[in-house]
Amino acid sequence: MKPREQYMESLRQLKNEIMKMGILVEEALSKAMKALTELDSDLAESVITEDMMINRMEIEIEDRSIALIATEQPVAGDLRHVITGMRIVTQLERMGDHAVHIAKSTLRFECKAFKKPLIDISKMAELCISMHREVLSAFMDEDEIRARNLVDLDDEVDSLHEKVQRDMFTGMVEDESFLSQALQLTYISRYLERFADHITNISEWIIYGKTGNHVDLNG
Amino acid sequence: MGIAKNDIVLEIKNLNFYYGELQALININLEIKRNTITSIIGPSGCGKSTMLRCINRMNELIDDTRTEGEIFYDGRNIFDSDVDPVKLRRKIGMVFQQPNPFPKNIFDNVAYGPKMYGTRNRQKLREIVEISLKKAALWDEVKDRLLDKSLSLSGGQQQRLCIARTLAVEPDIILMDEPASSLDPIATMRIEQLLREVTDDYTIIIVTNNMQQASRISEYTAFINAKERRSGFLVEYGRTQDLFIKPQMKQTEDYISGRFG
Repeated sequence: MKPREQYMESLRQLKNEIMKMGILVEEALSKAMKALTELDSDLAESVITEDMMINRMEIEIEDRSIALIATEQPVAGDLRHVITGMRIVTQLERMGDHAVHIAKSTLRFECKAFKKPLIDISKMAELCISMHREVLSAFMDEDEIRARNLVDLDDEVDSLHEKVQRDMFTGMVEDESFLSQALQLTYISRYLERFADHITNISEWIIYGKTGNHVDLNG
Repeated sequence: MGIAKNDIVLEIKNLNFYYGELQALININLEIKRNTITSIIGPSGCGKSTMLRCINRMNELIDDTRTEGEIFYDGRNIFDSDVDPVKLRRKIGMVFQQPNPFPKNIFDNVAYGPKMYGTRNRQKLREIVEISLKKAALWDEVKDRLLDKSLSLSGGQQQRLCIARTLAVEPDIILMDEPASSLDPIATMRIEQLLREVTDDYTIIIVTNNMQQASRISEYTAFINAKERRSGFLVEYGRTQDLFIKPQMKQTEDYISGRFG
């Protein structure tokens, strides 16, 4: 048996659990966006219900990490990775909450259709999902370069968010009946923008886990 | 690593040490900062204790050994021919793995060193014993039974008595070779607390196989690894926090993470 095989296996399992939680968050956002574009209230409800699973995973992974620190006393790279994992699950839990917020906004729409097709918001969601996949891969591979490169996509999401805000404001001024719809869509744009910010936070922790250096990618 | 020159109490330069044909230490270079605790870590047989014993020339008491290189203490190379090793050992004291009190009473254990170095005044000796036992956090436990046999003390108390005995001759540097390895966790914590409290007055160099102990108590840590045939060389030396969170060398990371050794 290699030295500390059980410990190494625990570290691997921890990483796998974080990946599973990440996949659940991606599914939550995908479903929330589908529920939004199709104004499907049943699907939106399921996003809200299933968020409990994401919340539970956060606690389980944190408990596992604390137990690992208490019993195995990881140091150096191992310690950084355990701490990083705990930080990442906090980000993932909040990202799950943003998917829930989108689902709740969907339930608030009383219309049967949107005034205009959701082009920019859909683009933001696509960007968020591809950023999310990329950050999970970077986490799995401990690839600080890929984590760092996600900043460019985050800038795109930010620009789209600003554009959505402007368009909604203009739309509200032009047509008062659009007010309620525009407000909800502005919120949704904001949730997506925050979702992407959490991804760059995860990138920062991946970089810390790999190098031990703190960086600020959202600054 | 950036220790200011006037903060260095001990400078080890190009130190090589041989047991007969076996080279036990290979070209060790290390600067020890004054009034700090420095831990020496490394796998069994890597030469940690050998290095410690070079610092107060204890290795010279072993037959068929040879030292090359220099250790500067107080501006002088301790290996210079006119340096008296007995006087050197007064300034650079040592505490061993197993508590080794003399088979005498508690008072005499502590008073032994000062007496040997010429203090005869009974009142002065009493003062030295009291101060030393207080510094070693043992006074309150033994003040009413100073004439009891030292061997009546628990293991942890015996080790603190040995520390008091070392402090009584007013050393600058205290070398410790796994001083808590034979003690239970509570006795270990008392020793660690004591070490933290005395660094205002002393510099401590401690060999430990307990990684958590090194990370808890020391400001600096040196990692020594062994090549084949048990020849020790310095892999990494730096601030303990850096070494345990962000080591520069993979060998260090593997060792402190328990992946070998």
